[in-house]
Amino acid sequence: MGLILAYSLRNLLTRKMTTVLTAAGMALVVFAFASIIMLAEGLERTLVDTGSDDNVVVLRRGSGSEVQSGVGRDQAAIVETQPEIALGPDGKKLVARELVVLVTMTRRASETSANVVVRGVSENSYLLRPQVQLAEGRIPSPGVNEVVVGQSIAQRFKGAELGNELFIGGRNWRVVGIFDAGNTGFSSEIWGDVDQFMQTFRRPAYSSVIFRLSRTDLYASVRNRMDSDPRLTLEAKRETQYYRDQSRALSTFLRVLGVTLTLVFSFGAIVGAMITMHSAVANRTGEIGTLRALGFQRRTILLAFLVESLALGFIGGAVGLAGASFLQFFTVSTTNFQTFSELAFSFTLTFDIVYKAMSFSLIMGFLGGLLPALRAARMNIVEALREV
Amino acid sequence: MTLVEIRNVSKSYIKGDQTIPVLQNINLSIGRKEFIALMGPSGSGKSTLLNLIAGLDSADSGVISVDGMDISSLSQRDLARWRSLHVGFIFQFYNLIPVLTAFENVELPLLLTGLTKRQRREHALTALQLVKLEDRLDHYPGQLSGGQQQRVAIARAVVSDPTLLVADEPTGDLDRVSAEDVLQLMERLSADLGKTVIMVTHDPRAARKAHRMQFLDKGVLADAPEDTLSECF
Repeated sequence: MGLILAYSLRNLLTRKMTTVLTAAGMALVVFAFASIIMLAEGLERTLVDTGSDDNVVVLRRGSGSEVQSGVGRDQAAIVETQPEIALGPDGKKLVARELVVLVTMTRRASETSANVVVRGVSENSYLLRPQVQLAEGRIPSPGVNEVVVGQSIAQRFKGAELGNELFIGGRNWRVVGIFDAGNTGFSSEIWGDVDQFMQTFRRPAYSSVIFRLSRTDLYASVRNRMDSDPRLTLEAKRETQYYRDQSRALSTFLRVLGVTLTLVFSFGAIVGAMITMHSAVANRTGEIGTLRALGFQRRTILLAFLVESLALGFIGGAVGLAGASFLQFFTVSTTNFQTFSELAFSFTLTFDIVYKAMSFSLIMGFLGGLLPALRAARMNIVEALREV
Repeated sequence: MTLVEIRNVSKSYIKGDQTIPVLQNINLSIGRKEFIALMGPSGSGKSTLLNLIAGLDSADSGVISVDGMDISSLSQRDLARWRSLHVGFIFQFYNLIPVLTAFENVELPLLLTGLTKRQRREHALTALQLVKLEDRLDHYPGQLSGGQQQRVAIARAVVSDPTLLVADEPTGDLDRVSAEDVLQLMERLSADLGKTVIMVTHDPRAARKAHRMQFLDKGVLADAPEDTLSECF
């Protein structure tokens, strides 16, 4: 039935302006849909990539994030004795006590303030996060007011350039290095010596204890032991899970927003496609009568018009996605309202998004074309032939 | 030998709460290989009769059989299949599909047969050679004259080798020369290829080409008025 397909597609080409305008309406909806879902995907991916499956984050039980958590020194010491913890190159256990606090900094571009994560780390923190690579300068020396900042922070915040001093917690901290943590949440953090930060922020407790499992399947046993240890009021989570949880609220919000907005917009696009297809049917009534007279069944007519409106949906989907794919070159930042801190991430286009956006667009085409196609298929042949 | 047998056929249309009779108790036999012209004033019911014979419409009562098949009893789906195999259509305004080339327009009815692409191509080429348009294969209808378009329509009508050709005012939109070409072609289809041709026309010159004329007046078969007869012969 290649000829029937050619018939449908050539009809689209014949009325170029209507085709372009209808497909453009659909393209805009697909663009909005894809871009919001890409935003949610980018956020999720950034946070999930931040974690490693072998790492375990230990927080105070019931605290959703490191910012809300507190792990006392005595409890941290108990965590460090767990036998499942892997050994580092120096033969010592690969575990780090960390402190997370939020500080306010001024954005370079807009002069507005934003919360930034300051993470107190120990030497092992760098070993636990191999994705954090020093791009410039050096790692801060222990016991000194020095920090190393993520690339995203260096680019976007005032005073965060290499060699400058940042005023944090009432003290000045020299930026001695910039690290590249790729497309992860660490890129939006400032790291310094944990003990220096504990004093500066007068914190009696750490935020978390991070360790590497010697084997990934040992997670259940370490979690069970910590859950049943009456001295501990802590919970252990795989680092990937921890970051997935961090992104859940915002990404769910974005997805719900995306789907709701585009559903509303899509009504407009469907009505647009319907009007276009109704006028196509009206203009080609004589052709429909001729095809039916020649012996083509109703279903062929139905199919021919559905193919046409699906093609409109396909063009709209492809154009919308092509537009949305350019967004991948942009990085956006937002406040992750689970941690109340600034996080930079990129729009991320995945096969799943392409699949969903194209399906969405084809469904719009199908719904827009269905009624006109049914009308075409049900036409009385004699009456249709009179319309030539 | 009879090909089309029409017995006691009536047809009416309902407009609002009024029933308008269009054909009343028609009895007509059309022989195989016959070229018959249906004539009559506007609204006499000749196109309706043609549509009934071609299986485009159904009668309210009576029987229409074509080649021994009672088409009045066929379902819409079977009727469509029957048309694709047994009827070729020639319309006043050619009814070509504007976005398809002459070749594709002629190939169209063959999509409903089991022919391979290659066989379809051969058949379509032969049909276009028959109407002397083999050099216009890739032309779209908009690039052809009215006469040429009607010849493409005739090629489309004969390409699947139907028994019956129905033509509704085939020269109604053509200039005199093109109309003469088309009528000669239709004569040949009847004489050389043995097609049964039923043509609805207002044009006495066109009717002259037919073997027989049948008049309709106010929905009933009638004798031809004298003035029309004199124009025809």
